[in-house]
Amino acid sequence: MAESQASTGNSYLAGSNLERLLRRGHFAVTGELGPPQSADGTVIRQKAALLKGCCDAVNITDNQTAIVRMSSIGAGTIVVQEGLEPIIQMTCRDRNRLAIQADLLGAYALGMRNVLCLSGDHQSFGNHPTAKNVFDIDSIQLVHMVAGMRDKRIFECGEEFKGQEPRFFVGAAAAPFADPVAYRPYRLAKKIKAGANFIQTQLIYDIDAFGVFMEKVRTLGLHEQTYILAGVGPLKSPGMARYMKNNVPGLLVPDALIDRMVQAGAAWDKPQDELTKEDKRARSAAWKDEGIKICIELVQQIRQIEGVAGVHIMAIEWEEAVRPIADGAGLLPRPVIDEPVA
Amino acid sequence: MIVAEQKSLDEIKSLIGDAERVLVVGCGTCVTVCFAGGAREAAIVAASLRMATKLDGNGKDVTDVTVQRQCEWEYLDEIAEQIEGADLVLSLGCGIGVQAIAEHFPRKWVVPGLNTSFMGLPTEQGVWAERCAACGDCVLGLTGGICPIARCSKSLLNGPCGGSEGGHCEINPDIPCAWQLIYDRLSALGKLDLLMAIQPPKNWKTSRDGGPRKIVRDDLRLGAEEE
Repeated sequence: MAESQASTGNSYLAGSNLERLLRRGHFAVTGELGPPQSADGTVIRQKAALLKGCCDAVNITDNQTAIVRMSSIGAGTIVVQEGLEPIIQMTCRDRNRLAIQADLLGAYALGMRNVLCLSGDHQSFGNHPTAKNVFDIDSIQLVHMVAGMRDKRIFECGEEFKGQEPRFFVGAAAAPFADPVAYRPYRLAKKIKAGANFIQTQLIYDIDAFGVFMEKVRTLGLHEQTYILAGVGPLKSPGMARYMKNNVPGLLVPDALIDRMVQAGAAWDKPQDELTKEDKRARSAAWKDEGIKICIELVQQIRQIEGVAGVHIMAIEWEEAVRPIADGAGLLPRPVIDEPVA
Repeated sequence: MIVAEQKSLDEIKSLIGDAERVLVVGCGTCVTVCFAGGAREAAIVAASLRMATKLDGNGKDVTDVTVQRQCEWEYLDEIAEQIEGADLVLSLGCGIGVQAIAEHFPRKWVVPGLNTSFMGLPTEQGVWAERCAACGDCVLGLTGGICPIARCSKSLLNGPCGGSEGGHCEINPDIPCAWQLIYDRLSALGKLDLLMAIQPPKNWKTSRDGGPRKIVRDDLRLGAEEE
């Protein structure tokens, strides 16, 4: 286990559901819940209902792709109320070390117990491209800061907490196929050294390439120092698959999977203007079925890889897909741990 | 060097406004080398303004002069008479040059003709790229001489984010990924171990975040002991 885990023996670091399941050796399932671009809490409740019971915890994104949305802690509060466990995503793009620490104190007081530390998508991708960014600290320094608040009971400046310290289960991201690829396992090692208790990877579609990455991870012994959750997500259409392959850095989508998506819609293979609305709806349903099927297979293959502690299912704006994926992969019902939190 | 770009003639015209006698002041240092505000550019801007204002029906008296360095008052003293004789000074220096004129000639209205862009170097004929962000606490010794503060879009200190692909930064294919460059260079020089150490949060106090900066060298000051 990571240094901080080892030093606390058997007691939990944060006592979150996610931590307790992982510590007991369960194969974890996390999901993703994107807050709305509005102040409407109903959307969060609806999405939470779809994810409850099929995920052990759900990531609440933090102005994902640099588009302004309800804050992750605000949305996370609603998720807690709905009886689902949030993983608060915290980026370095919009907040300096003061704001991050202040927000995390609030998040802990509101019942949140997991944090995923990210550098954050650059603001040039979002809806406020003329904004000034922050990047006071980077994701590794953020991991170190949040772990330090818990384990050393200190603020980033070194001052000690006089009252309750925030005790989070600290997560970080890994992009196994982003460049420079040879450096990626070592960057993961740095995140673990900084204090990352769990890792969620970028979307995995290429099992062979992920296997090579995990082999290196095992050689370095990293899988024994943190919990690695492999990122998966259902494809919605051949177009989406091709877009991800060609346009998203660090994503490998094998042609065989793209072909399967194309084949799934082959019955409707004629010029666009000859397709009726019903045709398009049926084709989309066929694609989505195949996307879910592929995702289930990926989860099953990933589960066989030594050192993988769970899956992180990213069904962006398609939360309905998470249950059939988890179910199809034999991951339901989710284990419930009935014990008082220390 | 300091790299700058000329403002559009329209913007310059609106900055000049009603002034009749305009002195365009070029600078013989950085902005000469980057072809933005040297003697040649000053003469062209002056001629363009004369022509444009004449076409607008209100021909202005626009002259030009270039000093060796606008950012040092002693060079500005050489053109004090011309500056005093003008209604308005259009500086083709960097932002420092504009302010040096404003500080040295408190009663004179001075406007910028350039946008000061960055500190960098020419990478090929006609192309300049940023290299230094003047953070005040140089990290180049850790990164093989490639600056992640100035050249990584997120100023990351602990390696590349997930947006590095094929050697470029995800925000723009024309921007090389600084961390790919650092990785390649450290790899070639057998110093990859430098990338394994965790760099702590940076002290931004020495950067602009600590407020406006100033360096005082007592060993060089004249009559400092009297102060």
